[in-house]
Amino acid sequence: MNDIATDRPNAPQRPVYLDYQATTPMDKRVLDAMMPYFVEKFGNPHSRNHEYGWEAEEAVENARKQIAELIGADEREIVFTSGATESNNLAIAGVAHFYKDQKDHIVTVVTEHKCVLDTCRHLEQEGFKVTYLPVKTDGLIDLAQLEAAITDKTAIVSVMAANNEIGVIQKLAEIGAICRKKGAFFHTDCAQAFGKIPLDVEAMKIDLMSISGHKIYGPKGIGALYVRRRPRVRLQALIHGGGQERGMRSGTLPTPLCVGLGKAAEIAKNEMAQENARLMALRDRFLKTVNGKLPEVFLNGDLDNRLPGNLNLSFAYVEGEGLMMGIKDLCVSSGSACTSASLEPSYVLRALGVEEELAHTSLRIGFGRFTTEAEVDYAADRIVQAVSKLRAMSPLWEMAQEGIDIKSIQWAAH
Amino acid sequence: MAYSEKVVDHYENPRNVGSFDKNDQAVGTGLVGAPACGDVMKLQIKVGADGIIEDAKFKTFGCGSAIASSSLVTEWVKGKSIDEAATIKNTDIAKHLALPPVKIHCSVLAEDAIKAAIEDYRKKRAV
Amino acid sequence: MAVYLDWNASAPMRPEAAEAFARAAVEIGNPASVHAAGRAVRAHVEKAREALAALVGVTPERVIFTGGGTEANALAVHGFGADAAISAVEHDAVAANLPDARRLPVDAQGRIDPVAADLAGAKLVAVMLANNETGVIQPVAEIARRAKAAGARVHCDAVQAAGKIRVDFDALGVDTLAVSAHKLGGPTGVGALIVREGVDVLPLWRGGGQEKGARAGTPNLPGIVAFGVAATIAARELDRWAALAAARDHVVNAVDSARVGTILYGADAPRLPNTLCLGLPGVPAHTQVMALDLAGFAVSAGAACSSGKIAPSKTLLAMGAGEGAGEAIRVSFGPATAPEELAAFAAAYAKFAAGRASARAA
Repeated sequence: MNDIATDRPNAPQRPVYLDYQATTPMDKRVLDAMMPYFVEKFGNPHSRNHEYGWEAEEAVENARKQIAELIGADEREIVFTSGATESNNLAIAGVAHFYKDQKDHIVTVVTEHKCVLDTCRHLEQEGFKVTYLPVKTDGLIDLAQLEAAITDKTAIVSVMAANNEIGVIQKLAEIGAICRKKGAFFHTDCAQAFGKIPLDVEAMKIDLMSISGHKIYGPKGIGALYVRRRPRVRLQALIHGGGQERGMRSGTLPTPLCVGLGKAAEIAKNEMAQENARLMALRDRFLKTVNGKLPEVFLNGDLDNRLPGNLNLSFAYVEGEGLMMGIKDLCVSSGSACTSASLEPSYVLRALGVEEELAHTSLRIGFGRFTTEAEVDYAADRIVQAVSKLRAMSPLWEMAQEGIDIKSIQWAAH
Repeated sequence: MAYSEKVVDHYENPRNVGSFDKNDQAVGTGLVGAPACGDVMKLQIKVGADGIIEDAKFKTFGCGSAIASSSLVTEWVKGKSIDEAATIKNTDIAKHLALPPVKIHCSVLAEDAIKAAIEDYRKKRAV
Repeated sequence: MAVYLDWNASAPMRPEAAEAFARAAVEIGNPASVHAAGRAVRAHVEKAREALAALVGVTPERVIFTGGGTEANALAVHGFGADAAISAVEHDAVAANLPDARRLPVDAQGRIDPVAADLAGAKLVAVMLANNETGVIQPVAEIARRAKAAGARVHCDAVQAAGKIRVDFDALGVDTLAVSAHKLGGPTGVGALIVREGVDVLPLWRGGGQEKGARAGTPNLPGIVAFGVAATIAARELDRWAALAAARDHVVNAVDSARVGTILYGADAPRLPNTLCLGLPGVPAHTQVMALDLAGFAVSAGAACSSGKIAPSKTLLAMGAGEGAGEAIRVSFGPATAPEELAAFAAAYAKFAAGRASARAA
C-alpha cells in the first residue's frame, strides 16, 4: 500500500476499507478453520479408499450442513461452485437448457448483477426470450408487473435478493409466492444477501439460490448453489468431469475453501443480529455527519429495504472519479467493482431513474465487520472535505449557486 | 489506474481556480463538455489591450485528468497572445501530463475550452 | 495415520504455499477494484501469473486462472462436440465434456500411435500428457504436429504432468494446456489454462469479464498467490521428482521378486517417476485397497474423482486389460515420501499378494 496519507497526522496506517460489497477480508476464525485442511488434512474428499479422503469428505459435508442451516435448507441441496458468478450461470443457463423443450422464457430485472444479465443476453442469442423487469425509483420491482410477466412458458425467474451497488433488498417472500403460483422456478442471486439478512428457502419459496464465500468474510474461489429437491429442480451442468456434486458440478472439491465457506456461514448465523445493529448505527452516524455538513447529497435506493452496511450517495456537482482521487486513503467504489475500471455511469443508478449527471457523482460506501467508529468518522470528514474542495472548483456548483438551471443549458454533445 | 505525478500535482494544487465576471469586455469564457458525460470545463481568459492574455481562471467538473488538463492550460495561456494560445494542441497537454489513452478526451476538452474562450472574447470585440 | 501414497489424487500442500495463502487471505481487495487496495492485490496476482508461466515456458499473458484443473479442461474443450478426437484414456474432465468425440485408441502400453491415429476432419484433438492412473506419458508433441497439420486445435491435459516432469508449452506445440494447483503442491480450487496467442476460448460462463473475458468471477486471490509460490518451487524441484524414478523401480523390483503375478501397467512406456499401476489378477481392486489401508498404506483404485464408485478403470479397459481393469491399484508418491516407507509398502504388498495367491491355490 503506497497511498498512505502521510501528510495527515491522524490518518490511519492503511487506507480505510469501505468497499465491503466488492469483497470482504477473511475472518481470522475462518482462516484458522481452513488451514489444517491445506497442511495436515490434505486428502482429496473424493478418495473413498482411505482416511485422508474420509476426513476431507467429512469436513466438506459439515460445511455443506453449516451453509444449509443458514437458509433453512437440507445439506443435500447445496452444490459447491467456484463462486457466485458460476452459481448464477449454472442456475439460469442450467435450468433454461434442461427445460428448453417445454419452456423458453426467462424473467429477470434490469438491476441484476452483470453476470446474470450477460447470461440472459447469451441465452437470448440461443433463442430464449427474456423479460427484463424495470425497477421503481426506490430500486424495488413492481410485483404486479412481475406476475404479469410470467407465462406458462417461463422456466425461471431470477431476481437478486440484495443489490450490489445500492443494497436494496427485494420482497423475496412475495416474489417466491408469485413464482410458485405461476409455476416458474425462482432463482435469487444472494451473493450480497447470504449471511447478511435472514433467508429461508421454505418461507420465501426459493428454488435456487446463489451464494458467495468472499462477501461474507469467507474465502474467494468458493461459492454454492442451493438447488431445491422437493419439488425437484433439474439443471444441465456447465462443467462435466468426475461427476462430483451429483453431476451438477464436476471438479475436485477444494476442501479448505468449502470448510471456510461453512465456517463463515456459521459465524454469520450466530452474529447476524448484533452485527446488523452495529452496522446500521455506523451507517446512520456517517449519514448524519455528511448530511449535517454538505447540502445536496442524495441517497440512491430505499433506505429501509437495504443491506445494513450499504450506502450509495450522489454528491451533486462533484464527479465521482475526481472525488475518489481526492480520498485515496479511503477504499470506496464508484460503480460496482466488476466494471468500475471502465468508469461508465452505473446502469443500476440509471435504472432507478437517477439522471446521468447525478449518476456521475455517486459513490458506493460499504461498512462491514471490521469497520470501526473512528474509521467512519475519519471517512465522513475526509469526504466532506474533498467534496467541499471540489465543489469550490466545480462550474456546475457555481451555476447552481447563481440560480442557473443546469438543465436549461444547451450542452454540446461530447 | 495510476495517475502521473504531474496530474496529481495539478489535482492537489490546482492553479488559477476561480471565475472572472463573464460580462467584462476583456474576458472570454469557454464552457465545454456536458454534465451527462461526466466532464464540464469552464475556462476564462482576461485579455489586455495589447492582445496578450494577462490572466486565466478555470473551474472543472470531472476526473483528476480533466482538472489537471484545465489547470495546466491556464498556466500555459498566460502571457500568450490569443493567436498563440489558439495553437495549443491537445496532444501537447496529453504528453505533458502523461495521460493514458482512456484520458486523452480530457486534453481534447481542454483544447476546446481555450478555443471557446478565445471565440467568446473575439465575439465581444467584434460587436 | 497411514502412509500417504495417493499423491496423484492430491499432493500435500507445500508449507510455503500455505503460508502465502494465509498472508494473502488477510489482504483486502477485489483485484478489479480501482482503488489502492485493489492495485496492490493485482500485483500479487500478476506475480503468480509469471511464476506459472515460467513453469510451462510461456509469457504471463498466456495464463488464464480458473477454479481448478477440471474447469481448465472443460474451458478448453467444451463446445466441440462430435468435431473432437480425444485419446481413449483421457480423464473425465476432458472426456465427459465431449461425450460424442471420436476416441483415439491406445496400445497395450497405454500409448497412442501418432501415425495410426485417425485425426481426419477433427476440429479439436485432445491428448493428455501423463495419465492419472498409469502415469504413462503420451507422444503429445508428435500428435500435436500431425493434428495441427490437419488443421485441428490441440488441447493437452497436463494436470498430472505439471510439476512432476518438465512441461514446455512450445515444445509440445499445443494450443491449450490445463494445469491444476493442488497436484503440484498448491491449494485446491485453483487451476490454469495456458492459451496460445490468437486462440480464442469459449467462456464456460459469463459475467464481469475477468481474465480477459475468458473466466468471469472474482479471482481466488489467495489461491492464485499460493499457486504461484507452489509453481516456483515445483520448477526448482523437477530434479528431485526425476530422481523418484529409481525409488519407483525399487518397488517394482521388490514386488517382481516376490513372484505373485503382479502386472505393471505401462511397464514398457515412458511414465511419470512417481506412479505405479499394479494389477493383481483375481483380486478386486477395492479388496486390495482395503487390505493395504489396514496395513497402513493409503493407495487408490483408479481415479479419485467420481463420488465413491469403484468401476473398472476406463484407462485399463482401453489398454485391453479386460477383467484386469477392475483389479488394479494406483500407487503414487512424492519427494516427501521416505524410501523406507516405499520399501515397507513393497513388503506389505508382496505379503498380501502372496497370501491371496496361496489362498487361491489351496
